[in-house]
Amino acid sequence: MAGVSLLPSERLFAAGANANAQVIRVGLVGCGGRGTGAAIQALNADPNVKITALGDVFEDRLEDSLNALRRVGKDRVEIGDKDKYLGFDAYLGVIDSGVDVVLLCTPPAFRPAHFEAAVQAGKHVFCEKPVAVDAPGVRSVLASAKLAKEKNLSVVSGFCFRYEDNKRELFGRVLGGDIGEITTVSTFRNGGDLWYLDRQPEWTDMTYQMRNWYYQNWLSGDFIVEMSVHSLDMMSWAVGDKLPVRATGTGGRQVRTDEKYGNIYDHFAVEFEYPDGVKAYHFTRQQPGTTFRNSVEVFGLEGKASIEVGSLYEIAGKKPWNYSGNISNMYQTQHDELFAAIRSGKPINDGEFMANSTMLAILARDVSYTGITTTWEDAIQSDYEMGPKIGEYDWNLKWENPEVAIPGVTKLHA
Amino acid sequence: MDFYRNVTATRRLRTVAAMVLVAWSPALVSCGVARPHNPKQHTAQTQATSEPYVQRVDGLPVGIEMVPVPGGTFRMGNTGEAAGKADEKPVVSVAVDPFWISKFEIPWDVYEAFVFEKADPTTIKEDAALDGVTRPTPPYLDMTLGMGKEGFPAISMTHYNAIQFCKWLYTRTGVFYRLPTEAEWEYAAKAGTETDYDFGTDASQLDEYAWYAANSGGKTQPIGKKKPNAWGIHDMLGNVAEWTFDQYDAGYYDSLATHGSVANPSKFPHELYPISVRGGSFRDSADQLRTAARAYSEPAWKAIDPQTPKSDWWFTMTPIIGLRLVRPHTPPSEEEIKAYFAFEPMPDY
Repeated sequence: MAGVSLLPSERLFAAGANANAQVIRVGLVGCGGRGTGAAIQALNADPNVKITALGDVFEDRLEDSLNALRRVGKDRVEIGDKDKYLGFDAYLGVIDSGVDVVLLCTPPAFRPAHFEAAVQAGKHVFCEKPVAVDAPGVRSVLASAKLAKEKNLSVVSGFCFRYEDNKRELFGRVLGGDIGEITTVSTFRNGGDLWYLDRQPEWTDMTYQMRNWYYQNWLSGDFIVEMSVHSLDMMSWAVGDKLPVRATGTGGRQVRTDEKYGNIYDHFAVEFEYPDGVKAYHFTRQQPGTTFRNSVEVFGLEGKASIEVGSLYEIAGKKPWNYSGNISNMYQTQHDELFAAIRSGKPINDGEFMANSTMLAILARDVSYTGITTTWEDAIQSDYEMGPKIGEYDWNLKWENPEVAIPGVTKLHA
Repeated sequence: MDFYRNVTATRRLRTVAAMVLVAWSPALVSCGVARPHNPKQHTAQTQATSEPYVQRVDGLPVGIEMVPVPGGTFRMGNTGEAAGKADEKPVVSVAVDPFWISKFEIPWDVYEAFVFEKADPTTIKEDAALDGVTRPTPPYLDMTLGMGKEGFPAISMTHYNAIQFCKWLYTRTGVFYRLPTEAEWEYAAKAGTETDYDFGTDASQLDEYAWYAANSGGKTQPIGKKKPNAWGIHDMLGNVAEWTFDQYDAGYYDSLATHGSVANPSKFPHELYPISVRGGSFRDSADQLRTAARAYSEPAWKAIDPQTPKSDWWFTMTPIIGLRLVRPHTPPSEEEIKAYFAFEPMPDY
């Protein structure tokens, strides 16, 4: 398929003596700390990667990113003034600039449109998590992922734990039957608070909302979608990426009550019901001064697998095991494997699981917001869109934050 | 060559490096530092009268136990029987002024109040007010890495983070605490001995004194569970490696040796890496726990950090580093204290 394409971005990185000498051009969309980190990992992944386009809505973030990239990548960062794309449509400029790969690292609300445009233009994609904030976004990503598969494009998702050696080995054993039939999964993601940027006089409402995107649920999806989704992705990994039947949840905000925190919650607790009576429970909070925890426990009929992220990777039971090797750099592995896949013509496509894991978090959020137990089917069919359409974004656009959700009162799918 | 004696350097921060050398100058003794309220804490001006004390921090349930270290001259470097490494040689004669050192590695019980503003029960002392204390960015992971919090050493902080902690503590207590210089650290660790370990040369005894690869189970352990050294300091070897203030330089002792004997040397950290860290950690083997063994921070400690620039505050997934505090017997001037705390983070790409 790719072999017949005339688009330069779909050109084959053919096998042969000089195959690895061919330059791979990379564009970054979303020049924050994470995007800049991803671009550096791309540079480190392959000596013939060049960064040739940058896009962001904020000039200061773009320039800071460029400064950092130049320090690390030196002359492999080929960015002149014409290669800097600013504004809500910057992604189109980056995608059309002749790059082979785009790194999609903006806040999540924009991801479905960015991903769609990148795949339609035939670009390989590194796609940060989460990939959407609502069901229409998830469906769009699933459709684009399918198109990417047809076009033999690689799609590597930012669900980085899937690229970490210790977790690959543990989940490989779990899926291989080492703890027997799985009955229950629990995940916890308990932490503290995050950054906040004070409003500046020259900012419009939209500037303020975009600078503090984390606290606007139509931009971030709320913290369970933005952060705790990693735990739900591991939960999904443990059950073989089967989809749940329905979910029940609760949540609210007790600490994050100040207006500056927009409309997101500070805690959620959710039960997922899978076929055959399998249950999975997720607890998450962002409340400073509380005990941190980032754990996964998978209970099987013949054992239990436990993860404390960063410190414990263990299976107890009939086939005990624990991981004592070094912690690999999963952020780098993601890019190593992406660029190796591009070089070898054997694409990776994380599209389906990255969309479904994101949807797990959207379902969890929505059953907690509403207090209404909801099936996966109903949730993923929802037409409720949380924010403006991509073409409507403008610095003078007034987009009122929805009220903080009240269980029993808030209706999302009306 | 600016590791000492560079008093005339125009760069403000360099004068801080020199501070370690000139702080004992009689001219500076009378310079005002906001005084602590416990008279026992500042009446002692000579080693004869210095005593252990507990530094209380209003609002915190735990204090920081400090033990006196007498001034003196010692032989810095590989004085033991082990082959050692090239960076431990040549042995140099070094004079060190008296100071107090924290009896234990600083535990999360204290450090956490600094890290999390909303959970900080302490209050600023008006007479010790400095320009705002900069706090760490909220860590997005559990920085204990599941190794334990109450009674366990604080870990994974950067050098900058550790210095800002000292600033926070100064604003709460009015007492100037700082990181030990590499010379002070080794002097306190040797505690008057010249053997491979302060307790002798037999590594098989290490289990009585230190948490290291052979007995730690791969984790940090509660502070103070092992025997102290001769000067009453616990966990100087093992558990967590400890920050010094100094830039690491493999040829440091060569440089010192060219000056014969030196007093209060300190190599100013102009670069983000490498910084000298001492004592070895729960992951290290016996050889790395010798009192003369040297180690250093490196960029790989921050490799697993998804953001660029990387965090000024934390080494994600590097739980081997912690800190211990020093209080110079004769406090530096207010100017020098301000300069010490004016340390700016160096961007890490």
